[in-house]
Amino acid sequence: MSEILARLEGVSRIYQKGKERVEVLHELDLQIPKGDFIAIMGPSGSGKTTLLNLLGGLDKPTAGTVTVGGAELSSMSNNQLSHWRSTNIGFIFQFYNLLPVLTALRNVELPLLLTDFSSKERVKRASIALDIVGLADRAKHYPRELSGGQEQRVAIARAIVSDPSLLLCDEPTGDLDRETADEILRLLQVLNREHGKTIVMVTHDAQAADFANRSLHCDKGTLEAKEAA
Amino acid sequence: MKYFRLIWKNAWRKKIRTSLTILSVFVAFLLFALLSAIGFAFRGGVDVADAERLIVIDKISLINPIPISYLNRIAATEGVEFVTHASWFGGYYQEPRNQFGQFPVNPQTYFNMYPEFNMPAEQFEAFKSNRSGAVVGQELADTYGWKIGDRIPIQATIWTKADGGRTWEFDLEGIFSTDDPRGSTALMLFQYDYFEEARAFAKGTVGWYILRVAKGADPVRVANAIDLQFANSPNETKTSTEAAFAQSFTKQFGNIALIVTLILGAVFFTLLLVSGNTMSQSVRERIPELAVLKTLGFGDRGMLGIVLAESILIMLMGGLLGLGVGWVLVQGIAKGMAAFLPGVYLSPAAIAGGVAMMIGAGILAGIFPALTAMRLSIIDALARA
Ligand SMILES: Nc1ncnc2c1ncn2[C@@H]1O[C@H](COP(=O)(O)OP(=O)(O)OP(=O)(O)O)[C@@H](O)[C@H]1O
Ligand SMILES: [Mg+2]
Repeated sequence: MSEILARLEGVSRIYQKGKERVEVLHELDLQIPKGDFIAIMGPSGSGKTTLLNLLGGLDKPTAGTVTVGGAELSSMSNNQLSHWRSTNIGFIFQFYNLLPVLTALRNVELPLLLTDFSSKERVKRASIALDIVGLADRAKHYPRELSGGQEQRVAIARAIVSDPSLLLCDEPTGDLDRETADEILRLLQVLNREHGKTIVMVTHDAQAADFANRSLHCDKGTLEAKEAA
Repeated sequence: MKYFRLIWKNAWRKKIRTSLTILSVFVAFLLFALLSAIGFAFRGGVDVADAERLIVIDKISLINPIPISYLNRIAATEGVEFVTHASWFGGYYQEPRNQFGQFPVNPQTYFNMYPEFNMPAEQFEAFKSNRSGAVVGQELADTYGWKIGDRIPIQATIWTKADGGRTWEFDLEGIFSTDDPRGSTALMLFQYDYFEEARAFAKGTVGWYILRVAKGADPVRVANAIDLQFANSPNETKTSTEAAFAQSFTKQFGNIALIVTLILGAVFFTLLLVSGNTMSQSVRERIPELAVLKTLGFGDRGMLGIVLAESILIMLMGGLLGLGVGWVLVQGIAKGMAAFLPGVYLSPAAIAGGVAMMIGAGILAGIFPALTAMRLSIIDALARA
């Protein structure tokens, strides 16, 4: 676990709202080793989502550098970032964000549309991803025909289908009951341990954080390691 | 093409809304098909004109006859390959409303001049050897149900016979068709010799000459040479290309073309408003989904393309349906109106123009929503989700 996958150095993110300046992240340093599973906790508005956005190349820091898998994100153009995201990052959201007009399989296939794979190859890979999350039998179901937990599994399959090294999860269990949440968390653990995915997960739920290798506390623009309970 | 499923499914996200939009596109392009087909008839063959054919008419007026003696002099002009002539008969069949073009011609040279008209050889021979023979185009034969061997009486409105009669009878010897789908065959041709001999007045004249310019000769110079030859004669001539001739014939319909253009303009303006509004509404509803696509790595061009393609797809669905149904209707209208308005025809140029308009309208209706999708801030959009 010595190899560093992602590194934040002196990262600040300041939002300018009219005359008001909000410094959400303040000179943040963070190293994420390959294969790590980190939970980030903290009060609402403390900048957790902002941090994920920076790691995923959705946002750029006001100061400092973000390096993921050897790529220096702050120096890349938006189109370069789009392309980079499609193969390097898997996003998992609180509200799953599946496309309602597509079946589970076709939702999972979406990131592969950006590749040169043949249609057959895309379907094959999407099916494997669905199989990994345990939903092979729901391939033809539309999101509205799935439970919340199942939808989140499909979203996870979509996040891993192009085999990214880093999964960014923003409150992935925030909308699920305890039991379903635990199933999802166990799935993330499997992806971390057996498939070697590095995972950064934002959560409000201390029990969810227990599934991670370590927890960080985000508050007032800084990160602190949280002693394991 | 791999994006087609996504685009297709997005287009049908709200079935009723999409159906209604497609219906309005359908109506617009149906109208477009019908109006352009009728407009084509009004432009009267300007588009089918052959640049190598020149028409010689009387300088003062098309209806002034020109001496038949000009034939050999025109034929002898440098750059003229050969000449034929025709005259306006202007009669009707049975009832005054059954009007169509009837022309006394020289069968041999006339058909040489118009190789696009096809007729079985034995029918052509029969026509040439029967002084009171006539041939008609397929369109006309279909309209009146004429068969070869029929005796067709035509009532003259201008040309009384030397014996005072006004009924000219012809034996139908042949029916011709045309290779050119744009060309009308709603006309009747009969022997000039018979006409010349039997008519009561204006003997020794023809209505106009048609000549073919020799290969390599400049049509403008040939036309000038002919007109110069007859300058200061009692019958000065005006020689022009077939296209210009057809145009001068149909200038009077210029306003109809303008009205057609205005109607279509209004229809398409409305169409753009309707479909543009539909597209922006449809995009606004799925901002979070579009943000997800961007998150997954869809770039600017991808986002722009997905929305524009959806807009164009909707236009094509309605538009091609409209053109298709229009095409079928035009076949019927062309048959039904062959006698009064020959040449109703949905030309390939009009179809191509229609398809170009679908794509253009699709782009116009979709461009602003597409730009919205492209410029979408992922962070803001996802925060809203
Ligand atoms: N686009 C923006 N413009 C201005 N301020 C913003 C913007 N996005 C976020 N902020 C502010 O930055 C701060 C951190 O937001 P962020 O979404 O990162 O918090 P969070 O820790 O994820 O909170 P939550 O737990 O509620 O999701 C908040 O005060 C928020 O108001
Ligand atoms: Mg958040």
